[in-house]
Amino acid sequence: MTLLYTGQGFWDPIAWLFGTAFASILVYWIWSKGRGDYKKGTEQVKPFLCGNPEPGKSEIHVRASNIYWGFVEALKGYYEPLIGMHTGELSDYVGWFIGGLALLTFVILVV
Amino acid sequence: MEHLPILVVAVPLFVAFAIPLIDKVGGGRYAKEGVTVGSLLFSLIGMILLLKRVAALGPQVYVFGAALPTLTLPTGMKVPIRIMFEVDGMSAFMALSGSIAALAAAIYSIAYLKDETGKDRFYVLFLLLVVGMLGMELTGDIFNFFVFLEISSIASAALVAFRYYKAESIEAAIKYMVVGSLSALFVLIAVGFLYGKYDALNFAAIAKRMEFSWADKIALALLVVSLALKCGAVPLHMWLPDAYAEAPASVTALLVSVSQASLYGLFRVCFSLFGVKMSTLTVGWIVIIFGVLSMFIGVTMALVQKEIKRLMAFHAISQTGYMLLGVGVGLAVLGNPFDLKSYGLMAMKGGIFHIINHAMYKGLLFLTAGAVFYRAGTRDLNKLGGLAHNMPWTTVYFIIGAAAIAGLPPFNGFASKLMIYESVYKFNPILSIMAMIVSVLTLASFVKIFQSAFLGPQLPEYKDIKEAPMSMLVGMGILAFVVVFFGLFPELIVRTIVDPAAKALVDQASYISKVMGGM
Repeated sequence: MTLLYTGQGFWDPIAWLFGTAFASILVYWIWSKGRGDYKKGTEQVKPFLCGNPEPGKSEIHVRASNIYWGFVEALKGYYEPLIGMHTGELSDYVGWFIGGLALLTFVILVV
Repeated sequence: MEHLPILVVAVPLFVAFAIPLIDKVGGGRYAKEGVTVGSLLFSLIGMILLLKRVAALGPQVYVFGAALPTLTLPTGMKVPIRIMFEVDGMSAFMALSGSIAALAAAIYSIAYLKDETGKDRFYVLFLLLVVGMLGMELTGDIFNFFVFLEISSIASAALVAFRYYKAESIEAAIKYMVVGSLSALFVLIAVGFLYGKYDALNFAAIAKRMEFSWADKIALALLVVSLALKCGAVPLHMWLPDAYAEAPASVTALLVSVSQASLYGLFRVCFSLFGVKMSTLTVGWIVIIFGVLSMFIGVTMALVQKEIKRLMAFHAISQTGYMLLGVGVGLAVLGNPFDLKSYGLMAMKGGIFHIINHAMYKGLLFLTAGAVFYRAGTRDLNKLGGLAHNMPWTTVYFIIGAAAIAGLPPFNGFASKLMIYESVYKFNPILSIMAMIVSVLTLASFVKIFQSAFLGPQLPEYKDIKEAPMSMLVGMGILAFVVVFFGLFPELIVRTIVDPAAKALVDQASYISKVMGGM
């Protein structure tokens, strides 16, 4: 019921779960060996910001626009024409359909 | 039991027309919701029974208006003259997938639409949408397929515009309506070509006489492009993010399955209608190219979205690419028995398994997005944050859906993607590597949603919001359960429903002979 043949190999999610559980226990054991003598509720648990005051909660939340900014900036050459294709105009949607239909009809008729 | 194929469609259709009456006579506070959920539960149970019957007895036919439901060829007739349903492993598989999604979405809608007006119209359209979807998947008649496609298109457009007080909803619905009508028109023209040539409308009857002349080639091109547009394949996908983002979340969850009905139509046309009579390598590569473009452009466009449902909509396009890739590889090697057995059938199984997996986890993800909108009042990821503090169940459901779509073990998306990677690699390693890269990018963009909407400190504007209401949690819970169950027992699912579906697509002779007999 669980061992799936995937074409070139096998996949068993139950065996994977056992393996993950074992790894988790091992990680927890290693973590439990760490230092537990820090003082809760003191300066020790506050983030170190070079003496600057800690910003408010809404200010430290990373917003969606900031995530992968670098990735998108690096691939500007790819993204600019791609986003430009998505005009949101209905006439363009129809144009893509007619163009695709013409191209595919040609390919199927010729090949 | 022999009436099951029609009952699974007729009961929701009857209830759809009964709802205005129930509303008129004031059948109780939750009467509309109750009969809708009841009829969809009936359809789901009916589909499970029908699937078992197909597994035991082979493809099932239901002839409308005949003396016997199985009388496909009346005495003296050389072609079927009546409309009929033909249910094989593939159509039963698709209808089962759609039935599960429809039931979960209907339960979710109970609380989700509590404060909306026009609920009687909503449930009528919702059930008509289900009827259109199931009809497309069960019919054995190409004109009937067009009729059900139109039913689903009209109901979809109206449901996208359900929140008519929002300009964006109306705009998305108009776009959907125009594009959907255009593609349906070209489907009808293709039907005209085939009917004019073969004097028949039945899939099996046309397939038996198929010559693949120039007229057939034009019909094939019209059908492939029109159905590719309806299932959201790049570059014909532009309408999809608009419609998916603006429709109510429960409708969007169902629209995923409705789009897959067009994908099913594409596969049915390629495998059962034209089969090896056409150049399967050429058409297979066309499907593969649609798949690769959809995977890559879908996911890269998703990465830059800032609106939660629009981001998920681009992922729906991307995931459709996996299905097109897997089944496209099977189509490309359909004429080569060795390659088909060696890896083609496995690629198809991966693609087909991904269809039901996608319907479940993408349906779940859209429902979680709806829960976020329901409570936070915005879909803008730049404004959201820290919702996990107040909405723990929704967060857990989102994690399950996101892990599944990203192909993380042990969820269902991993199993189907692994089947696609390994089998497609033998066909063309570059395609397989691209599929893996797309999976990494999928994970990246769902990390973006998770971080920006659910993680982070509790924001002051959301400190008082509550968890989603019970019916919404139940709707999401059904789909989350299926995602986890399919992930933990993939072999059971592949053996019982995926393998028969893939073999049914490949076995064109069996599909034809069930209707045409030994003629």
